[in-house]
Amino acid sequence: MKMRIALTLSTLLAAGPLAAQEVLNVYNWSDYIAEDTIEKFEAETGIQVNYDVYDSNEVLEAKMLAGNSGYDVVVPTSDFLQRQIAAGAYQPLDKSKLPNLENMDPQLMERAAAYDAGNEHAVIYMWGTTGIGYNAGMVEERLGADAPTDSWALVFDPEVAARLSDCGITVLNAPTEVIPAAMAYAGLDPTSTDPADLEKGAEVVEGVREYIRYFHSSQYITDLANGDVCVSVGWSGDVFQAQARAVEAENGVDIAYTIPSEGALVWFDMMAIPVDAPNPDAAHRFINFVMDPQITADITNYVWYANANAASMELVDEEITSDPGIFPTAEVREKLWTAPVYDSRTDRVVTRLWTRVATGQ
Amino acid sequence: MSHVAGSPRMSWRRWLVVAIPMLWLGVFFLLPFIEVARISLADPALARPPYTAIWADGRFTGDLENFLFLLSDSLYVNAYLSSIRFAFVSTVLALLIGYPMAYAIARAREPWRTVLLFLVILPFWTSFLLRVYALVGLMNPTGPINQLLLWLGLIGEPLVMRQTDFAVYVGIVYTYLPFMILPLYAVLSKLDDALLEASADLGAHPAVTFLTVTLPLSLPGVVAGAMLVFIPSIGEFVIPALLGGPDTLMIGQVLWNEFFSARDWTVASAVAVAMLLLIVLPILWLQKMMEPAR
Repeated sequence: MKMRIALTLSTLLAAGPLAAQEVLNVYNWSDYIAEDTIEKFEAETGIQVNYDVYDSNEVLEAKMLAGNSGYDVVVPTSDFLQRQIAAGAYQPLDKSKLPNLENMDPQLMERAAAYDAGNEHAVIYMWGTTGIGYNAGMVEERLGADAPTDSWALVFDPEVAARLSDCGITVLNAPTEVIPAAMAYAGLDPTSTDPADLEKGAEVVEGVREYIRYFHSSQYITDLANGDVCVSVGWSGDVFQAQARAVEAENGVDIAYTIPSEGALVWFDMMAIPVDAPNPDAAHRFINFVMDPQITADITNYVWYANANAASMELVDEEITSDPGIFPTAEVREKLWTAPVYDSRTDRVVTRLWTRVATGQ
Repeated sequence: MSHVAGSPRMSWRRWLVVAIPMLWLGVFFLLPFIEVARISLADPALARPPYTAIWADGRFTGDLENFLFLLSDSLYVNAYLSSIRFAFVSTVLALLIGYPMAYAIARAREPWRTVLLFLVILPFWTSFLLRVYALVGLMNPTGPINQLLLWLGLIGEPLVMRQTDFAVYVGIVYTYLPFMILPLYAVLSKLDDALLEASADLGAHPAVTFLTVTLPLSLPGVVAGAMLVFIPSIGEFVIPALLGGPDTLMIGQVLWNEFFSARDWTVASAVAVAMLLLIVLPILWLQKMMEPAR
């Protein structure tokens, strides 16, 4: 602690005369970067980084739409990105400043171009799926060896959920991801924007609501790892982080991640530069830096999310590249869907349904 | 004081004394409120910021549509009533717990009095958010409270305390208790011992003395404490978000959903304006209830 205070003091003192120190403000998801990425960037460029985190697209979006956020690099998810581009929140990338773009996987970038025509505004940071994380031991104890761990039934079938409720089911507080998953379970097209379909999806969630402990988008990482809950609708890498924490803690908790057979949402988190970024030049340098194969491989090795950097693959741990939960097999990839962008009317329908689901009102 | 009120210097000072809080209110309350009221009259739009202007071509284009929308759906009224219930029950609990504590501190001898007061204020040295997270940890199924109860054999399996209305009450009462204790302490510590002695000398039972002397004299502290707990509790967002269950319905969360999930800043602003206006009602009622006793 003393050491840290001394360090802070010396940084403050050092910062004094160098008032013109270049600063970069990055706003990224929580638990979403390697421990040394920022350090390395600072060492290489001499730019000082302020690194802030959020745990929901909604919070980021409110800041982007309000404007003057002060951030230079932000990482919205693809469908949110598209709407924010339409609202004029981002500036086009200057690709001459991003030579590392050649490292990116052209196929994945093309899928992302569905949200950002020509990849004009954003580059894929990481990508993943929205599936189910579960405590293998606790689930088997309650449902036996033939538990439906490869299906959304694990959460959305009332009979199954009832037997799991005592060990704790949690669901992301992300209506645009959970209601479509419930629609997929009910055999509907998860990308439908028909209010009747969305209503059916909401009814599926309502059918198991009494067994759901909470709707939250980051708390479940710790709770899964500690064995405080046993089944979570969650984001792939977050579940793997819970798994890693449990292994580290040697608490006997065995966490697994499943992409249900009915399919799951695949999403891309995209690095973009707000239109009013104070330092777009440093922002380009940061984005280019992250696209360095070694840097992006380090991040994937740490956060257990897939990246879209073809050149980094050989540097990513075999344990990760061979995990079908992170890099799904071709067969599973067929069943993944990308989120449709809702218009404001559909947004209101989904939000209202979600409030009804969550609060019973 | 009144004999100098006419002098110009004094009135200038008086004016300053009034002007500073007015300026404060104007900058930190009135201006933001006008801004929110303005947004509540606009329509949502896909733009930055995400709503339309209420003045276009020199014409007023705002409307009350958002407020009518609040009435069209029972959610908003229910959330409002439910918030009042949470705030009211929490205030009563805080009063029942805080009054004896304030009384004991006021009656304590030095140096204990200073030490006890210090202990009431001490939690403020830690971030409010961290303290709520600490409650989350304490109430975990595998947390220390459950561990202790299991070990004592009082329960067979862990109690679900987190994500319940119970946890929200614990969170609100715990967080706002000092705001109840401090004004009560301020009043009780000034209580004239001679009055209590007189009451005892005249043969009143201590309980009678409390009800007829101490309690009425401390009512201003009760009202101040109740306001300080009740008002922030109604709009509380963090505590129900972290400790509440899926069905904990409070206006703060409804507002959050409108603002963030529906990205409808205009309805969110209408909720905020309506809540502010409606909050005045229970407070007037509370004040009226206390009035005859004053």
